[in-house]
Amino acid sequence: MANIMIRRGDKGEYVFYLPKRDLEDTVTSMEFDTPEKWGGEIKLNNGGSYYIEPQVAPARLPFSVRAKRLDAAE
Amino acid sequence: MSNLTREETEALIQEVLEVYPEKAQKDRAKHLAVNDQSIEQSKKCITSNRKSLPGVMTIRGCAYAGSKGVVWGPIKDMIHISHGPVGCGQYSRAGRRNYYIGTTGVNAFVTMNFTSDFQEKDIVFGGDKKLAKIIEEIEGLFPLHKGISVQSECPIGLIGDDIEAVSKKGAATINKPVVPVRCEGFRGVSQSLGHHIANDAIRDWVFERDGKDTINKFEPSPYDVSIIGDYNIGGDAWSSRILLEEMGLRVVAQWSGDGTLSELENTPKVKLNLLHCYRSMNYISRHMEEKYGIPYMEYNFFGPTKIEESLRKIAAFFDESIQKKCEEVIAKYRPMVDAVIEKFKPRLTGKRVMLYVGGLRPRHVIGSYEDLGMEVVGTGYEFGHGDDYDRTIKEMGNATLLYDDVTGFEFEEFVKRVKPDLIGSGIKEKYIFQKMGIPFRQMHSWDYSGPYHGYDGFAIFARDMDMTLNNPCWGKLVPPWQKPAAEGEALQKAA
Ligand code: SF4
Repeated sequence: MANIMIRRGDKGEYVFYLPKRDLEDTVTSMEFDTPEKWGGEIKLNNGGSYYIEPQVAPARLPFSVRAKRLDAAE
Repeated sequence: MSNLTREETEALIQEVLEVYPEKAQKDRAKHLAVNDQSIEQSKKCITSNRKSLPGVMTIRGCAYAGSKGVVWGPIKDMIHISHGPVGCGQYSRAGRRNYYIGTTGVNAFVTMNFTSDFQEKDIVFGGDKKLAKIIEEIEGLFPLHKGISVQSECPIGLIGDDIEAVSKKGAATINKPVVPVRCEGFRGVSQSLGHHIANDAIRDWVFERDGKDTINKFEPSPYDVSIIGDYNIGGDAWSSRILLEEMGLRVVAQWSGDGTLSELENTPKVKLNLLHCYRSMNYISRHMEEKYGIPYMEYNFFGPTKIEESLRKIAAFFDESIQKKCEEVIAKYRPMVDAVIEKFKPRLTGKRVMLYVGGLRPRHVIGSYEDLGMEVVGTGYEFGHGDDYDRTIKEMGNATLLYDDVTGFEFEEFVKRVKPDLIGSGIKEKYIFQKMGIPFRQMHSWDYSGPYHGYDGFAIFARDMDMTLNNPCWGKLVPPWQKPAAEGEALQKAA
């Protein structure tokens, strides 16, 4: 489990940030992206993927949340 | 010399790598690349933020340098104790040219060196008592200081001193903030982690400090912005600040060149954070975006093209009155900029530059060179991360060289082959290249000149580049008796 931060990029896309490793990347897909259910498996541009416990969408971004690493691309 | 093609550049990298043992070769190969603008992700071509290879010459600093030297050091009304042996602070004292206004030793302390000067007995018995005493002494000797930061050097982490406890106690006795920073030099692979640790210390110890709001009476306005990641090298932040102010914005804080503690404390109330050095201060900007809902915007004040672009981008965030004034500012400086370009472009056009610097300059200054008709043919970061290279690929031409944490040997070999007309790097590289007969500018300290930011800075930048490149001394490096015969005869006739 790691603390990550999700924010909106310039083009309105989700941007993933992992403070521990100073890793910034765009999110290419998020499993659930509705106001009631948000999160699930997220895929990054670098090929890695993380899992956020599905939850109500945050009222405001950026949003820090704990996520599980499924597959880290190196 | 004409530019190398992609194949030639690739071959050059291979050739340079050949001298290394196999394992080192494999490691270094990942840090050297030929730029390809079509690549979206720098990760595909270059690896960064890794431990330097033992045995090669690297130019990196340590985490203490990143925290004390870069982030905390320029905050002028605080006293920054270099906690540990005397050398770390003394050998880096006042080297960075962060200009500030104030009376040194009375209400500003940037160029002074405060250290706990560890001796053997402090290592053996711990230095906590000494630190407590220093805090008291500082309060007695420099009553106008606004706070203290404790910058840990390597031994502090090794002997396990509890600087947090001492700081808390000290803060209570002197009734001013005392910030412990765990930036021991051995943390991380370069100064970059020091920036991060320093940012986190500001978050935890400055923003979260109790009672700060009762002292600071702050009247917000709709046009409040802060300048983040500008260290006022040679006055950079000042020449940036006036442009923003002319545009109608109110600059509430400068992080951290010529900055003060109350400026830091007021920043969570601004409308927009303007981020110049992304590498060293993106952490705190991200934090403020999440916690206080203040968006941040990266900008670039090097060279008129980028300045205009940035000013318009900043103005677009505010209302029409700002946008109108922004256009006026651009129009006002246009004649001055045109005159600079008219004067210097003919003298500099077509010249090729290689850069190797730190946080933002390897990509930010490209614009100012291009405005003068020059071309950057190689660039690299001492301690950049993947996101820095992501941002660099688009700025650099195709088939140019990218080198991460370049070693002394590689840099020299690249220069010998690429034969740039000018090199921009640091003091450690300066004399090597000057002795090789190549014009050189220090791009960390602006070679004791500056500012280079903003329109005023651009004029100085152009003059400095011309002064260096077209200096007559470069033609005098070969002694007459080693000159080719024809030239020698011509000389004799002349004599
Ligand atoms: S690595 Fe350690 S000993 Fe060396 S300058 Fe940095 S803090 Fe000081």
